[in-house]
Amino acid sequence: MSEFGITGYGAYVPRLRIDRDTIAEAHKWMAPSLKAQAKGSRAFTSWDEDAVTMAVEAARDALTGTSIDAFGTLYVASTTSPYADLPASAIIAGALRAPAGLASSDSGNSQRAGTSTLLQALKAGESALVIASDAPVTKPASTQELSYGAGAAAFTLGSTGVIAKLLGAASVTDTFIDHFRAAGQKYDYFWEERWIRDEGYAKETPGAIKYALAKAGLEIEDITYFAMPSLFKGAADAVAKAVKFAGTIVPGLENGVGYAGTAHAPLMLASVLETAKPEEKILLIGFGQGADALIFEVTDAINALPKRRGVSGCIADGLMTDSYLRMLSFYDGIELEWGMRAEKSGKTQLTEQFRSSDQMEGFVAGQCQACGTVQFPQLQSCVKCQAPRQQFTQLPLCDAPANVLTSTADWLSYHPAPPLYCGFVQFENGARTLMEMVDVGPGGISRGDKLRMVFRIKERDRARGYNRYFWKSTPVTTA
Amino acid sequence: MATGIKDKVTILGMGCSKFGERWDAGEGDLMNEAFQEALADAGIERKQIDAAWLGSCFDSVNVGNSAIPASTALRLDGIPFSRVENMCATGTEALRGAAYAVASGAVDIALAIGAEKLKDTGYGGLPPPFKGTFNDLWMPMSSAPAGFAQLADGYRARYGTSREDLKRAISHVSWKSHQNGVNSPKAHFRKAVPMETIMNAPMISDPLGLFDCSGVSDGSACAIVTTPEIARALGKKELVSIKALQLSISSGQETTMSDWDGSYVRNTRNAAIRAYKEAGITNPREQLSLTEVHDCFSITELVTMEDLFLSNDGEAVKDILDGVYDATGKVPCQIDGGLKCFGHPIGASGLRMAYEIYSQLLGRAGARQLKAPSIGLTHNLGGVPYQGIAAISILGLM
Repeated sequence: MSEFGITGYGAYVPRLRIDRDTIAEAHKWMAPSLKAQAKGSRAFTSWDEDAVTMAVEAARDALTGTSIDAFGTLYVASTTSPYADLPASAIIAGALRAPAGLASSDSGNSQRAGTSTLLQALKAGESALVIASDAPVTKPASTQELSYGAGAAAFTLGSTGVIAKLLGAASVTDTFIDHFRAAGQKYDYFWEERWIRDEGYAKETPGAIKYALAKAGLEIEDITYFAMPSLFKGAADAVAKAVKFAGTIVPGLENGVGYAGTAHAPLMLASVLETAKPEEKILLIGFGQGADALIFEVTDAINALPKRRGVSGCIADGLMTDSYLRMLSFYDGIELEWGMRAEKSGKTQLTEQFRSSDQMEGFVAGQCQACGTVQFPQLQSCVKCQAPRQQFTQLPLCDAPANVLTSTADWLSYHPAPPLYCGFVQFENGARTLMEMVDVGPGGISRGDKLRMVFRIKERDRARGYNRYFWKSTPVTTA
Repeated sequence: MATGIKDKVTILGMGCSKFGERWDAGEGDLMNEAFQEALADAGIERKQIDAAWLGSCFDSVNVGNSAIPASTALRLDGIPFSRVENMCATGTEALRGAAYAVASGAVDIALAIGAEKLKDTGYGGLPPPFKGTFNDLWMPMSSAPAGFAQLADGYRARYGTSREDLKRAISHVSWKSHQNGVNSPKAHFRKAVPMETIMNAPMISDPLGLFDCSGVSDGSACAIVTTPEIARALGKKELVSIKALQLSISSGQETTMSDWDGSYVRNTRNAAIRAYKEAGITNPREQLSLTEVHDCFSITELVTMEDLFLSNDGEAVKDILDGVYDATGKVPCQIDGGLKCFGHPIGASGLRMAYEIYSQLLGRAGARQLKAPSIGLTHNLGGVPYQGIAAISILGLM
């Protein structure tokens, strides 16, 4: 039997960061105790990011050096997928220009969904792209508001170029209800943290670890890395100590990311894989109404894996912000007066959207075979020579190098993250189009600045609860 | 072989409402204000009008779709009446419809009326335009100033103009128009504004500050046109005729191909070349007495001076700062204050500009009257500089 396992990884963390101290400062009039936990920074999603957009970005990172065409199934795990009925995987597959024959499966409902889904896909043994993505929404002034963040991790699974193979795994399922979020509710309801730490993490995970080690035929001494996400400082260390682990405890990504829900364990795995060496073994734990424990061994192939952004690249790419109210507004925690311009209908014509999906979902330009002109959008005939569109070759723009031709910072339009940066993006392949520019730092943007494309929410139709997605551009940082 | 519109159609009468925040008037009231003045000026009765065109742009305000509300408001019973919409070129488009009807010989007397009731929106600025179900999928939902602000980047890059020099020149554009607006009783804004105020105003869309943007107003303007023969038969001695009417619309080249550098407006150049040819103008800077151009934003007026071939490419900044387009300059631009002072009720603007040229040519412009003008140009720019509509009319004494 040929080897099967993880063949690549990718990550995405929203670029926006806020110091926890800024959050605590805003609440100190009613919750001065938050100050004690206010260390470092957390990531938060911009108004136009969600579990879907982050999943696409993590998947693009994971697909570095390969193609979506190589995979048979797309698995997506999230507890914050924007729809109750409309799978995130379908939107993600469209953005990734997946072949029509791709199978897809969505999971959620648990902080453990990320590890459970990865395990399920590994057990299935067929080539797959597995993504875990979460943008948890937390109640203002809750401790979760400080400790949570957002992010997504993605893994390619297959039989060639396996960088990490599964040696053994075990799961425990238990109705230990540390928190819950009722269907349709915005926020989680949490029980006392000390109880979760002592009765939950400390008692649920060792069992799974023990079974997984037994299945792998290993002892705890054989494990190099111990990766366990937790909300509480010291919880992972306590479990590691309890199971007599003496190796490297993987850092919890508290600074620059924050607890990313069901994506957190997968993010930690992606982060370990950045530096792990052949033959090292990783114990990955997922916690939530029980626990998953997965044991991987890193292979020689990791040395040949093409360089990617990874978790460290995302952390380095942070853009510090300074306003708690901005974050609160992006999370719909406060209703601001946006003026009458914001009353404009955000309705999407689903018929038009479907008709144009071949070029809009994957941001695909056409190149006229008659005159060579690259053009987006693709209309009925060539903009230069009027030859019919049917003979265009398809040229995706999402990974094409581009820069700013003209731009402005628009303070007049309704935009949830003012000002709206927009202008002409000039692609090196000759395509040119008007685009939004997002995650622009305080220095603004200028002609000639390099841009990369990111998948974002184009329009939030709040009246109907529908997000329409499209591609935007963002400055390439030197980090 | 087409012979063009030159001197085939004359203006029998014109009218223009008071522009401004007309809380007192609906669109029907505004139309009647302009219409009554035009009827009196033409010296005809409304039953002599054979056909009519209404220009109005936004559907979220105004009187509603079709020409029915206008036909009802003006009590023009049973005649051919059409509503046209071509963004900011809408007013000129209405005039074009009426003029072509007369020129074709289909009718003797035709009416063009434009009106817009922007101050029923409830806020400043224009309502967000409907871009179409397809464009909504990908096009940024940016404002009008954001569209025109792109010209500043393009212009600076092409000519190496510093940010400061460009800002001073566009501020001068607005400063000059506010100076002129003082003498326009029908203008919305009639106060001179100091340069420092203009240059330091809050930013709307970089580098356009508040005073780089035209006003937002209600208004209506109206023209009654006929043939020179009928005008003379009706007793008109001094005739203002249409010398040219041209439009140019984008086909997507600027936005999609890579050769446009963002420093000029192709449509204005296309329309200007054709209009000058139609009117027989070979040296616009020497031949034009005045212009009323689309100063929706100050940067637009700056590049328009080059696009109309009044300034050489790259020299508009210098010409503007030298006062070439001031009231006392070689070719006064916006002698009535322009969109800057009248505001821009979309459907009305093109006809309001024509009203000013007509008034100047007939020596009726009061305190702002220029000395013996003989030919003037109006220019509208709809949409955005890179995907839009340019409309030019040239009016002159016969």
